[in-house]
Amino acid sequence: MTSLFDRILGRRNTPTSSAAKTAKERLQLVLVTDRSDLSPEKLQAMKDEIIAVISKYVTIAGDKVEINIEQRQRDNWLVADIPILKDREHPLSTGLEDA
Amino acid sequence: MTARVITITSGKGGVGKTTTTANLSAALASLNKRVVTIDADIGLRNLDLVMGVESRIVFDLVDVVEKRCKLRQAMIKHKGYPELYLIPAAQTRDKTAVSPAQMVEIVRELRPDFDFILIDSPAGIERGFRNAVAGADEVLIVTNPEVSAVRDADRIIGLIEAGERKLPMRLIINRIKPDMVRRGEMLSIEDVVDILSIKPIGVVPDDEGVLIGSNRGELLNGRAGEAFRNIARRLNGEEVPFLNLDGSSGLFSRIARLFGGSAGG
Repeated sequence: MTSLFDRILGRRNTPTSSAAKTAKERLQLVLVTDRSDLSPEKLQAMKDEIIAVISKYVTIAGDKVEINIEQRQRDNWLVADIPILKDREHPLSTGLEDA
Repeated sequence: MTARVITITSGKGGVGKTTTTANLSAALASLNKRVVTIDADIGLRNLDLVMGVESRIVFDLVDVVEKRCKLRQAMIKHKGYPELYLIPAAQTRDKTAVSPAQMVEIVRELRPDFDFILIDSPAGIERGFRNAVAGADEVLIVTNPEVSAVRDADRIIGLIEAGERKLPMRLIINRIKPDMVRRGEMLSIEDVVDILSIKPIGVVPDDEGVLIGSNRGELLNGRAGEAFRNIARRLNGEEVPFLNLDGSSGLFSRIARLFGGSAGG
């Protein structure tokens, strides 16, 4: 996808045009870690724990969970999309088991 | 009258802090401003050499701090401008020879007599950097369109943001090569501003004249010199259009918008 800026400059997505793009993408990735002081491993551990905690209360669609750190201006936002499944059997069965 | 104290810093070394400090101070002096520059890079003194006053140093910043001379005695007057002075760094000491509190005190003493106090920060994020920003009212971050320089600039910006005093920061993108940007081989001005999310005050093209100037201890003419003079005028509150580095009016207007100005204005 050629941006407006690229078009103004008459740039195309040729192989040589990717050096600047690659630089930008690599910087944006590394700055997530730099700015949050979270290594990719720690971030993954945090995601796993968040998912585990939420799963204690509701059933979630594990394959559709997205938890990421996004840059908004100079701030980091932890943004999570966690779909909850409608049907869970044990809320109905809980009371019966005790009886 | 009280001076504005502006620190020039970058995180990474070799991006052009000293050249920027020397040329901005001269450009401000040529606008008839009273300017004093302080070389805070103790142990790696260079601002004197770039400004062409190296042969006239008697006392330095550490002599002032350790009370071997009065502040005035350490100020070297530049011969090319009516009101431009340099307080050189000590060459045989290290960053711990001065404390942030002592820098604040020096700046306090200088403020009444000047319009601008420019402080050339050393590279790094340690004591020398903290000394350089201790007395600042505002900070200019110098970077190059290059991954390590941008990453280090981001680190410095983060440290200043996390500080108690919310110092205003503006960005100088130095050594841009318009041809490489046009070919998609170098980060563009827009890319760098987008990543760092602070407002730019100027863009300086890569220019062989910079080396020639520092070889001679002379301040710059040419494209880079013009860019520094424009930054000085913006610091002084003027609205100055951005250099058209590209020859394309489309790019020009796009950059003008990035800087919050109008195209061609």
